[in-house]
Amino acid sequence: MSNEDREVILSIKHVDVTFETGHKKKLVAVKDANFDIYKGETFALVGESGSGKTTLGRAIMRINPCSAGEIDFEGKRISGKISREEDRNVVRNIQMIFQDPAASLNERATIEYCVSEGLYNFHLYKDEEDRLAKVDRALESVGLLPEHKSRYPHEFSGGQRQRVGIARAMIMDPKFIVADEPISALDVSIRAQVLNLMNKLKAERNLTYLFIAHDLSVVRFIADRIAVIHLGEIVEIAESETLFKYPMHPYTTSLLSAVPMPDPVVEKTRKHIVYDPSVLDQSGEKREMREIRPGHFVFCTSKEFEGYEAKMAQMEQEKG
Amino acid sequence: MDENRNVIISAKDVEVKFRVRDNYLTAIRNVSLDLYEGETFAIVGESGSGKSVFTKTFTGMLESNGMISNGSVMFHGIDLTKLKTDKDWEGIRGAKISTIFQDPMTSLNPLRTIGYQITEVIEKHQKISKAEAKKQAIDIMERVGIPNAADRFDEYPFQYSGGMRQRIVIAIALSCHPEILICDEPTTALDVTIQAQIIALIRDLQKELGFTTLYITHDLGVVANVADRVGVMYGGQIIEYGTVEEIFFDPKHPYTWALLSSLPQLGVKGQDLYYITGTPPSLYNKIKGDAFAPRNERALKIDFEQEPPFFKVSDTHYAKTWLLDPRAPKLEKPEAIRNLHEKIKGMTDKGGAFHVE
Repeated sequence: MSNEDREVILSIKHVDVTFETGHKKKLVAVKDANFDIYKGETFALVGESGSGKTTLGRAIMRINPCSAGEIDFEGKRISGKISREEDRNVVRNIQMIFQDPAASLNERATIEYCVSEGLYNFHLYKDEEDRLAKVDRALESVGLLPEHKSRYPHEFSGGQRQRVGIARAMIMDPKFIVADEPISALDVSIRAQVLNLMNKLKAERNLTYLFIAHDLSVVRFIADRIAVIHLGEIVEIAESETLFKYPMHPYTTSLLSAVPMPDPVVEKTRKHIVYDPSVLDQSGEKREMREIRPGHFVFCTSKEFEGYEAKMAQMEQEKG
Repeated sequence: MDENRNVIISAKDVEVKFRVRDNYLTAIRNVSLDLYEGETFAIVGESGSGKSVFTKTFTGMLESNGMISNGSVMFHGIDLTKLKTDKDWEGIRGAKISTIFQDPMTSLNPLRTIGYQITEVIEKHQKISKAEAKKQAIDIMERVGIPNAADRFDEYPFQYSGGMRQRIVIAIALSCHPEILICDEPTTALDVTIQAQIIALIRDLQKELGFTTLYITHDLGVVANVADRVGVMYGGQIIEYGTVEEIFFDPKHPYTWALLSSLPQLGVKGQDLYYITGTPPSLYNKIKGDAFAPRNERALKIDFEQEPPFFKVSDTHYAKTWLLDPRAPKLEKPEAIRNLHEKIKGMTDKGGAFHVE
């Protein structure tokens, strides 16, 4: 698919996110992130804890300010100082799904309140009747029943609670969803339910997802494109299929090798590659994102790029 | 399988109840399990299946409202269920049977140095001098892969990364040379790359020191990697057990089928992933028949009426399902997990999605 013809919904332009960690000390959590997310796709951001993936998600939500660069949503800047009206517009159109549904719902509020909270804040209902109808519809869309409204979060299982979290986001009729490890805290069987639900809602409502995860096996199933982030730097971006077929950056390879496979014979002989940054070019040349094949970017120096070119040519020959 | 291997710990008909607000919840329903010396046994199940509660009976660490209402756990001729006070447990818990928990941050004391926390255990269980304890502690820190162990001896947990902290927890657990190491979701809170390292570390240490490992996990990928034998738990019972190959390639219980089918690794893009409908049974009520029947689309009539016994599949493989009764209809396992080995091999061989050079 040619990426030029597609509509960009969110554009991250050379974004840095920095935290002050004490007197004159700074921690750069995200360094020069630069990519576009197209309308209607699921874009996955994959990395380990501490890689900056959540920080970047929170920068989009305007929770962490960018210290450099800007973020555009539908062509308008949403980072830095914007008008109150625009801020509300962002909050309404970009919603977030959190990792731990138990921690992200108010345990002293009923499901009805949890789900309607956004409606209250934005007065998105004509009257009580309209509000209740909207809550019912949101609950139904995630596979819960209208009678669940009067219950409290603790009365639900983990999977149901996560669905309440999704309903809470969906009721705002958002265009873009930042899903921060939405299934990491769930059991295997419930993971599958939530992933299916997210795929269904995406198809029905033409949503765009930024899916933040640490697990490549899940991402393969749900993502259209994947960005791999390591210590604040995006090291590789490619279409999902391509990334799995032709992983270029050694860190991507190590992530792939670490996914445990559910097969005792295969798993017991499998090599787990530990990422060793010393294999990279140590000349001190500044690294940049280079396009090795259309839509497939690797963060590297010119010397490394030559190495990746050779690797790619060899893999293409082998894999056809 | 070696038939005359020694059983190191033997649980028989264990039943555990919890008192919750004037009500009794039966968390474990008559579970029996023999562990052989030197093996790695993995218990898999969803949250609430009772896998953690069951293994807590091995170390007397049930919450105060819990009690073992039936059965025995025999270890070196002692029935562990009869031990009451901390004094009774001295010399067993932490010394012969150690546990590693999920979250290394909560199992370490944030206000004490790493060195103090390791030597504390060594001094308590072995009567040796401080200097000797420190020497042993640094030695075990090196063994679990802490670089510059001597320098890092006086650091605090917050100065360690998550993976390093879990290594320290392992060091503490192994500092008294236990015979059994219980690993309760040891890698769930860690990143995948760190997970692979910790799993390899536990395996290497096991080879070197020869302890028996009991893994508790919900991740079948981890099970495939570590286990010799596997037990699948559901609704407070082990419903199927066998060698790891038998459980993955020839599972018999519909719940094991369902668990394997819902793995995201088996998902096909553009199609829905398989998932288990409904919720696990409430443990407050008496469970009639097969606990999984209400969620099993292909349950038999008898599954709702009578609890199935264990049927023998092979000398090492048993499953608690009526499907193995000679009178039952022959049901084949779901399409998704047929030829599992070929499918996974396709993914990891050259050209597959998970192949790495």
